[in-house]
Amino acid sequence: MIESILYPILTLSGMGLLFGVGLALAYKRYEVKVDPKVEAVREVLPGANCGACGYPGCDGFASAVVNGGASPSGCPVGGAKVTEDICEILGVEADVGEDMVAKVLCQGDMDRAKDKFIYTGVEDCAAASMLSSGPKACSYGCLGLGSCVKVCQFDAIHIDERGIAVVDVDKCTACGQCVNACPKGLIEMVPKKSFVQVMCISKDRGKDVRKYCDIGCIACRICVNACEFGAIEIENNIAKIDYDKCTNCMVCAEKCPTNAIYANFERRKRAYIDAEKCIGCTICSRNCSFDAIEGERKVKHTIIDDKCTGCGVCASKCPTDAITMGDR
Amino acid sequence: MEYLSKLILLFISSALINNIVLSKTLAICPFLGVSKRVDTALGMGMAVTFVIAISSVITYIVHYAILVLLGIEYMQVIAFILVIATLVQLIEMIIQKTSPTLYSALGVYLPLITTNCAVLGVAIMNIQENYDLIQTLVNGIGVSLGFTLAIVLFAGIRERLELSDIPAHLQGVPIALITAGLMSVAFMGFQGLIK
Repeated sequence: MIESILYPILTLSGMGLLFGVGLALAYKRYEVKVDPKVEAVREVLPGANCGACGYPGCDGFASAVVNGGASPSGCPVGGAKVTEDICEILGVEADVGEDMVAKVLCQGDMDRAKDKFIYTGVEDCAAASMLSSGPKACSYGCLGLGSCVKVCQFDAIHIDERGIAVVDVDKCTACGQCVNACPKGLIEMVPKKSFVQVMCISKDRGKDVRKYCDIGCIACRICVNACEFGAIEIENNIAKIDYDKCTNCMVCAEKCPTNAIYANFERRKRAYIDAEKCIGCTICSRNCSFDAIEGERKVKHTIIDDKCTGCGVCASKCPTDAITMGDR
Repeated sequence: MEYLSKLILLFISSALINNIVLSKTLAICPFLGVSKRVDTALGMGMAVTFVIAISSVITYIVHYAILVLLGIEYMQVIAFILVIATLVQLIEMIIQKTSPTLYSALGVYLPLITTNCAVLGVAIMNIQENYDLIQTLVNGIGVSLGFTLAIVLFAGIRERLELSDIPAHLQGVPIALITAGLMSVAFMGFQGLIK
């Protein structure tokens, strides 16, 4: 009786032990030295195996980086931090790219955008958009069925209670999966340090946009004229911000009649003048587009709080580095 | 002489008539997964041939020398999986050391053979059919060459499919599955080869 239990246990554990020892011995004999750099690079990678770099997983990317062929900044998920770490391991100069974040360019939620019909089909944006380009009256709007949510491996994108996809900036790793998943092409990678975006991609004429949505871009050109830095252009009935020129002054967002331009006013900066360094040269006040700096020649200048938009032009022009940009 | 002709018949039957993929529907995952290009398909086929040939002999020995002796044949599946997994690991190590070119060509497919049901399927079939050691070896090689033949032919067809104009809803896996089905029908023609 007892052997019917004992035999299988002993046999299998014996075989397992034998094979294990055999493999361990074989490993000693056939050990292949892996480049320690590959392992070190693999260690600093995020390990999500998302494939956003274009290689099969983080292991593939690590060996591609070490053996040449892949750039150290090739991991969009790890961002600048990982790039620096990899460069340190490889002993090369870091070419740090700008940190990006995904942004869903639509604010037409259930209260503000009109519906064409009630959709009860498959819960998938691609399927819904095939049916007469989706239930929204605006054919460019976010359908809120969550195709982007499904592909996000980092839990960084959600459909909010008003039926619009919203990206969690802190969790977003800029892997770009959602950008590909959105059938409307609504999701765009924007620089992390940019706090102003045109939250609409509708190419419809302004009159039609007004019919469909309360918060769409109607191409009225007010922002184009309001921007002191020439950073906004209207193209195909839609305002476009050039993020290289944008200074985050957020004036366009204040002026926009439909609120289609979103700005994170909490992150708006303000200039501060260091009275000890200021020599009263008036260069800053002459360069300020908003008349926010007052002061006579040879007299310490002051910032007018209400007028300062935090564009930072004065700080870059000041010859004595007396102006710093800080939080409000 | 009679034994030899029996072996040849066994070989033809296991490679063509009872083709492991197209007639027994085992090893479908590598068949669909690694058949995008002919050269990788051939590499996979060679790796499988290698593993099946060795594993069928070793599982045969394990079965009769250990399991039957102790009267615990019911542990067959677990014991065989243990043998196959160890074997694949060992072969991977040896290939990595001795032939880095072959190793990088086989790449991820080599460890995948561990979970290739054809390997376990052949080992169990050998026991069920009461083959002796030589028949086991011949059957193992026959089956794996049959697998190689099927996957290489399939990869050749898929390479051409890449370039052809396929309706959108059939692109990718659907057309591959239809192709596999038609190949299976074609292989049924071999049924008349042996009376």
